[in-house]
Amino acid sequence: MPKIFLPTPLRPFAEGAASVEASGSTVSEALEALVSRYAGLRAHLFDGSGKLRAFVNVYKNDEDIRHLDREATGLADGDTLSIVPSIAGGSPPAAGLDPATLSREELQRYARHLILPEVGPEGQAKLKAGRVLLVGAGGLGSPAALYLAAAGVGTLGLVDFDVVDESNLHRQVLFGTSDVGRSKLAAAAARLSDVNPHVRLVPFEERLTSENALRILRDFDVVADGTDNFPTRYLVNDACVLLGKPNVYASIFRFEGQASVFATKDGPCYRCLYAEPPPPGLVPSCAEGGVLGVLPGLLGVIQATETVKLLLGAGEPLVGRLLLVDALAMRFRELRVRKNPDCVVCGPRPTVTRLIDYEAFCGVGASNAASSGIVQPVHAHVPELSVEELKALRDRGEKLVLVDVREPREWAISDLGDSVKIPLGTLPESLEKLSKDDEIVVYCRTGGRSGNAVAFLLEHGFEKVRNLAGGINRWADRIDKSLPRY
Amino acid sequence: MIELPAGLVEAIRRHGAATYPEECCGGLLGERRNGSVLVRRAEPVPNRGTELRQRRYTIDPLDYLRLERLAGEAGLSVVGIYHSHPDHPAVPSEFDREHALPYFHYLIVAVDEGRAGDFACWVLSEDRKSFERAPHRFGDTGGE
Repeated sequence: MPKIFLPTPLRPFAEGAASVEASGSTVSEALEALVSRYAGLRAHLFDGSGKLRAFVNVYKNDEDIRHLDREATGLADGDTLSIVPSIAGGSPPAAGLDPATLSREELQRYARHLILPEVGPEGQAKLKAGRVLLVGAGGLGSPAALYLAAAGVGTLGLVDFDVVDESNLHRQVLFGTSDVGRSKLAAAAARLSDVNPHVRLVPFEERLTSENALRILRDFDVVADGTDNFPTRYLVNDACVLLGKPNVYASIFRFEGQASVFATKDGPCYRCLYAEPPPPGLVPSCAEGGVLGVLPGLLGVIQATETVKLLLGAGEPLVGRLLLVDALAMRFRELRVRKNPDCVVCGPRPTVTRLIDYEAFCGVGASNAASSGIVQPVHAHVPELSVEELKALRDRGEKLVLVDVREPREWAISDLGDSVKIPLGTLPESLEKLSKDDEIVVYCRTGGRSGNAVAFLLEHGFEKVRNLAGGINRWADRIDKSLPRY
Repeated sequence: MIELPAGLVEAIRRHGAATYPEECCGGLLGERRNGSVLVRRAEPVPNRGTELRQRRYTIDPLDYLRLERLAGEAGLSVVGIYHSHPDHPAVPSEFDREHALPYFHYLIVAVDEGRAGDFACWVLSEDRKSFERAPHRFGDTGGE
């Protein structure tokens, strides 16, 4: 009878024997006899479909059966079969752009990608070589991470330091009820490695700061911003501009969202669109203002789509366009965003050349570091009027002077018409354009900057001056729905 | 429980740093006693992977047979395999699991930007579905 030699790790399954006799006239018969006698061996020698596992080598005497007739190789009395493991392992794949780096399992998994001409094996290899950093594993980061992992992005970095809270679950689909109280990154790693074990996950369980942002972003190709606050949003934008990495941006509030791709080589950045943050407290966070749970799904998947397109180099990226989503009306609109030649970070003469204190810049805690010359924080108690009141005054033909304190590039997005245009930063030197005898109504995008302008004017002897509450966006909401909100 | 001479762990860490950014690999030779595994020797083996050695290691069957022979000559047996994870935690990958053998202890050492860091030992579960962390302690026996 042929003898089968077993390697050390398999001996415990054969009562410790180093070799056993097994009857059979071929290799496959002998192996079958072996595993029917020692059932525990079967799972280690054969895979689910009954084929010899890839790392199991079988030698007949001194010859690898792959060079003979494989499992049909004949056996005679006195032959020795040796089972020799070729031992392999390794860390999760990173990979080059060579489609040959896709394993058989990956080829099966990505079959529906591989037959798309725009993706194909080369594109899939690009995704595998792609390194994407998700800032925030929340409402936007959840769907983005799930789809990017499923799509086969090779390396996914996640920045978040929170634990899963019950109130996250209505939108943060990366987590389940059993994850409540658990670190978001630990829960995300478990879920994502189940979605796709071929993905390498790089967790950063820390707050993104001016001190660590360049180090964290450095090793990634694309950054997807899923943050929920202005300081981090400006930080991500500036770090992306400084490092030359595309910033796939989205934000959400209640039923509305925005998305764009910033900081590409020739495209605008977030600061080209919003040079300065709104005054603190003016724009409520999702925690304060609420958000439709499905909405971040919509926007996060748009981010994932744009990210995949950037990695593939396919299609038209959302560069120079701000996509506005209104989920209640289910309308998608697009605004053109141009590169601001005076942008302080991505313009030709930048004044922001390293990361700054973004908390201070956004007026959180410390005083405003913006160069407007006008003191923050917003004066909450300046005289106001509502958009309805303004409409009534205009309808009655009352004499009033509208002052628009927004930046020039915002005028093209929406405009109330017939206004004196004085960007907030130039207000101190533009007082002679205004008369203290006039009824003055000041407006901006949402009422923050104009509130500061009103406070400034009051301090300089203007008495008949009021702030338009909610700004031009509220006018667009309630009075003139043909105007875009931005 | 796996008992490792501290000097032997240091030798494995040095091996991982030396082959960085590629993975290193080798055999753990030792004996089993009262349910514990006592490692006596770590035997480096060349990583014979033909591609992506930054992410993969392969021990050739003939090299494996050499490990078994060395172990036999010393009155020991092969009790496990070690390898390094360059720039990745000392946690087994899915690829490690698919290719793992039962009974063996798998020692993984993380090598971060060329510096050896954490290490951990793992054993394949009986159903092959997962790796379980094997507790280790440092012993003063053997070593290199």
